[in-house]
Amino acid sequence: MSTATAEHHDHDDHGPAKGWTRWLYTTNHKDIGTLYLLFALVMFFIGGGMALIIRAELFQPGLQLVDPLFFNSMTTMHALVMIFGVVMPAFVGLANWMIPMMIGGPDMALPRLNNWSFWIMPFAFLLLLSTLFMEGGGPAGGWTLYAPLSLQGGDSFAFVIFSIHFMGISSVMGSINIVATIFNMRAPGMTLMKMPLFVWTWLITAYLLIAVIPVLAGAVTMLLTDRYFGTSFFSAAGGGDPVMYQHIFWFFGHPEVYILILPAFGIISSIIPTFARKPLFGYASMVYATASIAFLSFIVWAHHMFTVGMPLAGEMFFMFATMMISVPTGVKVFNWIATMWRGSMTFETPMLFAVGFLVMFTIGGLSGLMLAITPADIQYHDTYFVVAHFHYVLVPGAIYSIMAATYYWMPKWTGNMYDEKWGKIHFWVSTIFLNVLFFPMHFVGLAGMPRRIPDYSLQFADWNAVATIGAFGFGFSQLIFVYVVLKCMRGGEKATTEVWEGAEGLEWTVPSPAPYHTFEKPPVIN
Amino acid sequence: MNMTSLRKAHLFIAAKLCVLVVGMFGFGYLMVPIYDVLCDITGLNGKPSMEASAAPTAEMMEQEQREITVEFVSVINSGAAWTFKPTQRTMKVTPGKTYQTSYLVTNLAQRAAVGQAVPSVAPSSAAKYFNKIECFCFNRQDFEAGSTKDLPLVFFVEPDLPRSIDTITLSYTYFDIGEQGASVPDS
Repeated sequence: MSTATAEHHDHDDHGPAKGWTRWLYTTNHKDIGTLYLLFALVMFFIGGGMALIIRAELFQPGLQLVDPLFFNSMTTMHALVMIFGVVMPAFVGLANWMIPMMIGGPDMALPRLNNWSFWIMPFAFLLLLSTLFMEGGGPAGGWTLYAPLSLQGGDSFAFVIFSIHFMGISSVMGSINIVATIFNMRAPGMTLMKMPLFVWTWLITAYLLIAVIPVLAGAVTMLLTDRYFGTSFFSAAGGGDPVMYQHIFWFFGHPEVYILILPAFGIISSIIPTFARKPLFGYASMVYATASIAFLSFIVWAHHMFTVGMPLAGEMFFMFATMMISVPTGVKVFNWIATMWRGSMTFETPMLFAVGFLVMFTIGGLSGLMLAITPADIQYHDTYFVVAHFHYVLVPGAIYSIMAATYYWMPKWTGNMYDEKWGKIHFWVSTIFLNVLFFPMHFVGLAGMPRRIPDYSLQFADWNAVATIGAFGFGFSQLIFVYVVLKCMRGGEKATTEVWEGAEGLEWTVPSPAPYHTFEKPPVIN
Repeated sequence: MNMTSLRKAHLFIAAKLCVLVVGMFGFGYLMVPIYDVLCDITGLNGKPSMEASAAPTAEMMEQEQREITVEFVSVINSGAAWTFKPTQRTMKVTPGKTYQTSYLVTNLAQRAAVGQAVPSVAPSSAAKYFNKIECFCFNRQDFEAGSTKDLPLVFFVEPDLPRSIDTITLSYTYFDIGEQGASVPDS
């Protein structure tokens, strides 16, 4: 898409550099945003391929295709790739592209740092993926890397830890950049409470990242020293405690869950008002709801550990704190519905994905509420019900919001409208197969099928076969997305400056495609 | 704002956030002692005290008439070549009175070895009422190849034990922590 941009703006004095080193040395927020998004797209297919290996093995009971160790490393790697390699970089890419344009700033605050944040990522994932080809295989103890199991794998474990360190450094640098941009680069008159919600949610997400990624770095460093340097943080023989690993991990892990969804809330809050042709209902309450979700995320971590043998008082506290999160989340859902209420709605592809998000994210939210109930969770813990829950909030949640954002802003990025027909086909095929894939997991989960197993009892066979069909359907329907994106990058109907009839915001005041440099003179905001 | 002051503002924010990053990295490590202290004070997590306690006082001995069951469980950590068994599976005890039992350990390996037992109590809320006057878990044990030891345990249960608890399970996990003289524990 940026090649098209380049050709289009050859007359521009400050256009992009020529040749491939443009991408290596670039400090332009739009270039870096593009790099992040393309990186996420590539990783999406790598992580998706792993998911298909998992589902293919689970098509029938018994061991058919892969050996159990490889299966386990597939579940582990699928999660690590999808979380750290797809959802997070895609959101950072969107932040890079959109935040400066939304707040009327010329670029990110720290452009050189921005270049580093991106270019660390490919190397981090090279390290991670290379472990699959090492003796002993990749990490196979689950993405949570629970001690002591994770310490018993192959020697490639050090590579996993260092790749997590690199990803963390990249995320933290990206977040520092985003915070500095939002605080220092706003156009005059763009007060905090006038910022688009995508900017708000990213500001809060950036703070969450800065607060918890170092905790993860600490936890994996402890694993590293336990494994290779004789410390005993998590080894009971040396006076350590494996349960403590879970506490430290989930102190990072639960805010991480909101890192993966808050920017999505911001995207949906931009798209729904555009296609309902009404301003967002309850802007201030959206901001406060986001902030309270972020705060609550720090005091609910032990709901991932209801079965470790916590005292009753602890379980009660974490149960009620967790349920409390549904209040600000409910505020958001009702605000989106109220925004659509009596709006003049049209259903272009971004809106389809946004409405799909709203419906299916809520399904995932409600199953989350079921999991929060401690006595019930003891039954659901580590079953496919949990798998169904977090896939409903991550796939039609985070991933759909990224796709919605891509369809929504792609005309601004490339200057061309995407193919609406194929966009809609992509949405419907994905949505049908996605539900075929994930909905049956609720059933097998409630019936007691444990997660992270390559083989299972015969009674679960039918729904697993259905889920596998859904998985292949969903996986291959993403090729439609690639087709639409590539087609849009190459050409198509020219987009107008506003692109969408009901769109509001500074990004729709710059020409399409957005010039290489925008808002070098700050816009006037009334 | 001119360019230099903008640059200063960026660096100021970046510096503040870097302090936060370093602080949170430290906080991750700080969670380790916080966790231990919290478990120690509250007896959460079934972590019984690893210190020898004094014998029950006369006052304690007279207080209580009820009888509870103590179950003894033994677990060998994965891959270690030992047999490890309690000499008694269960015991009826009266809170406030002192009892003695033992565990039998054999080193099955063809080499000398050092072992360490780590206790855990269930239900976890009983952990702080379970006192050990003498326990093999306080020390490591040295074994010749193929040798067997009878490891004594002297304990009592405090009479304050909540009424809702009538069975306490004491579980020991036995770890092979390497050959004699090895100072680095081998997990």
